[in-house]
Amino acid sequence: MTNILLIAFAISLIYMGIANRLSTYINILAVQGIILFGVSFIELIQINTINLIFILFETIVFKTIAIPLFLNYVIKKNKIVREAEPFLPDFLSVVIITCIILGSFILSNIITGVHIQKMFFLVAISALLSGLFIIITRKKVVTHIMGYLVIENGVFILSLSTGNKMTMLVNTGITLDIFVSVLVLGVFVNRIGNTFEEMNVDNLTNLKD
Amino acid sequence: MFGYYLIIAFFVGIVSMLNRNRVVRILLLGLFLAIQTAITIYAYFHLNESNTIYFKFDALGVIFMCVLTLLSYTTIYHSFIYLQHRKDSSRSQSIYFAALIILIIVMTCAYLASHLGIMWVFIELTTLSVAVLIYHERTPLSLEATWKYVFICSIGITITFIGIILLSIAIQETEITNFSFKAIPDQLLHVSASWLKMIFLFMIVGFCTKMGLFPMHTAAIDAHTVAPPPISAFISTTLMNVGFISIFRTYSMFAHTSILPWMNMILFLCGLISIIVSAAYLLKVNHLKRMSAYSSIEHMGIAAIGIASGGIGYFAAIFHMILHSLVKASVFYQIDQFHRNFRTYMINETGNYFKRNLPGAMVFLLLLIAITAMPPSGLFVTEFWIFKALFTSGHFFILVLALFFLSIAMYSLAKNFLYILFNQTKNLLPAEEKPNPTETYSQYILLALVVYLGINPPAGMINLIKDAVINLP
Repeated sequence: MTNILLIAFAISLIYMGIANRLSTYINILAVQGIILFGVSFIELIQINTINLIFILFETIVFKTIAIPLFLNYVIKKNKIVREAEPFLPDFLSVVIITCIILGSFILSNIITGVHIQKMFFLVAISALLSGLFIIITRKKVVTHIMGYLVIENGVFILSLSTGNKMTMLVNTGITLDIFVSVLVLGVFVNRIGNTFEEMNVDNLTNLKD
Repeated sequence: MFGYYLIIAFFVGIVSMLNRNRVVRILLLGLFLAIQTAITIYAYFHLNESNTIYFKFDALGVIFMCVLTLLSYTTIYHSFIYLQHRKDSSRSQSIYFAALIILIIVMTCAYLASHLGIMWVFIELTTLSVAVLIYHERTPLSLEATWKYVFICSIGITITFIGIILLSIAIQETEITNFSFKAIPDQLLHVSASWLKMIFLFMIVGFCTKMGLFPMHTAAIDAHTVAPPPISAFISTTLMNVGFISIFRTYSMFAHTSILPWMNMILFLCGLISIIVSAAYLLKVNHLKRMSAYSSIEHMGIAAIGIASGGIGYFAAIFHMILHSLVKASVFYQIDQFHRNFRTYMINETGNYFKRNLPGAMVFLLLLIAITAMPPSGLFVTEFWIFKALFTSGHFFILVLALFFLSIAMYSLAKNFLYILFNQTKNLLPAEEKPNPTETYSQYILLALVVYLGINPPAGMINLIKDAVINLP
């Protein structure tokens, strides 16, 4: 079951490569939140209730509801055009993301010496690289946040594969940090929307030598 | 004790955000400086005691805490001058000082953290609190720089977090997993080399965003350009020290494993390319603050090379960071006064600073000597030790390359500073106000300290640095 969910997560990454509308991106992020909840629910079922509530809060409340709503609000408020405007054609994006997944597959099979759940490692590394890829190739500032969130999801998957080694306090700190940084990024996106006509990275090229 | 410090200091920060009265603001800042000084003195006399589970007054942390506390005084003083001249509203001044206080607190925590996860949390918090300060001027340019800084730092710190997770996977077979810096090295001894290399790469790439080393140096440059000058002074000194501490602690964690030579090679690469990049950009840069930022990158490269060359290099790298903090902070304090005189940062629109502001010009001249590591600057001593360490460890090729690009950087710095000081351009804008010599005193004091520490370092400091590097091979 875990494997199926993880594969679904990888497919959602590929779908992100061909998605055109920003609302599709947001929906994919919400779906990824649900998938993450499923994976963590199966993996951590034997761990105590507080941890379970914590995970539930992080995946469902935070990743599936709060962030998509917040992103929708940002998009509506700044009247952002619906298309994602990638620099590359969709076909190439899909090919590259597939190559990323293939590369992570090979990498996870090469690495030896440590007991690691290969599936988790594979999907996490693919999410990291696909997130970076989305950040690099999309024109809008708000899609950069989405790429960052994809990376965060990858990190979350990787941290699931370790069981739960970090203490509660550290975990809370990390979650809060991520939450705050997304909020801060959102605030700055709003500012960028107020300052410049269009929220493209082209507006952000004035600092140079 | 440290818990009390945290509570009281955070409380002062929050109150100063709500406060709108000028006198109360000064009192609050005075109170904060008193608390910060008290905890620093307490830490110095309670070395290696851990007050809470997650913080410990270890030598490395205490050294940089002292530097931070010293620079807090000057930075708060110069912030007052800066805000007074900008005629900012009381509200934005309150936000500025509250963010500054919180930044100082979280940097202190990042220095003293003895647990990997806690250090990570506080490093991320430094990014968020410094973002408020970078955005202080509220211009489109500052928006762009803040966005880039927060975004790149967030990604970098996420990559570090991946490294930490991989580390926890690696050590999960040992019986008790413990993420304190003291316990990690023993647990790493039977982890395979390829896995260790991967962890190290992930962690180092993330921390490079904070230190301003090669692969991730770009964010810091833009942040320097638009931040208020007193904050630029903080970004390029104490905040880069946060990055240095994190890299140094990571390095010490892995220093007893089999990947030590490989790790040194990576740090050599980062350091050398940082020097090359900064030398290349220094040749064409025309913005005074960007120039100082590139010079910081160059010094970070030197410190990284110092760590990588081992032996006396460890000692010299820490010493170099301390002295660089003092020098670079005074550069930015003086840049603030310079900007008020010329109303621009562009070097080719300025000149004849000696006529316009003699005390400030003298500061620039002395700073040029200090920053290019000419004697009697203390940086001369540390760079000499670092090159000596390179020589004794047999890295002649790196030594030659580093010296070559350092001399290019030296040439560019000298060219630009001397242009500002002596160029006889006519039709410059008249100075806005009469320059005030008292604003330069802090820079003279810091420069005197650099010379003094280089020539006659006090025994207490030497012992602290020795204590910090004692566990390294």
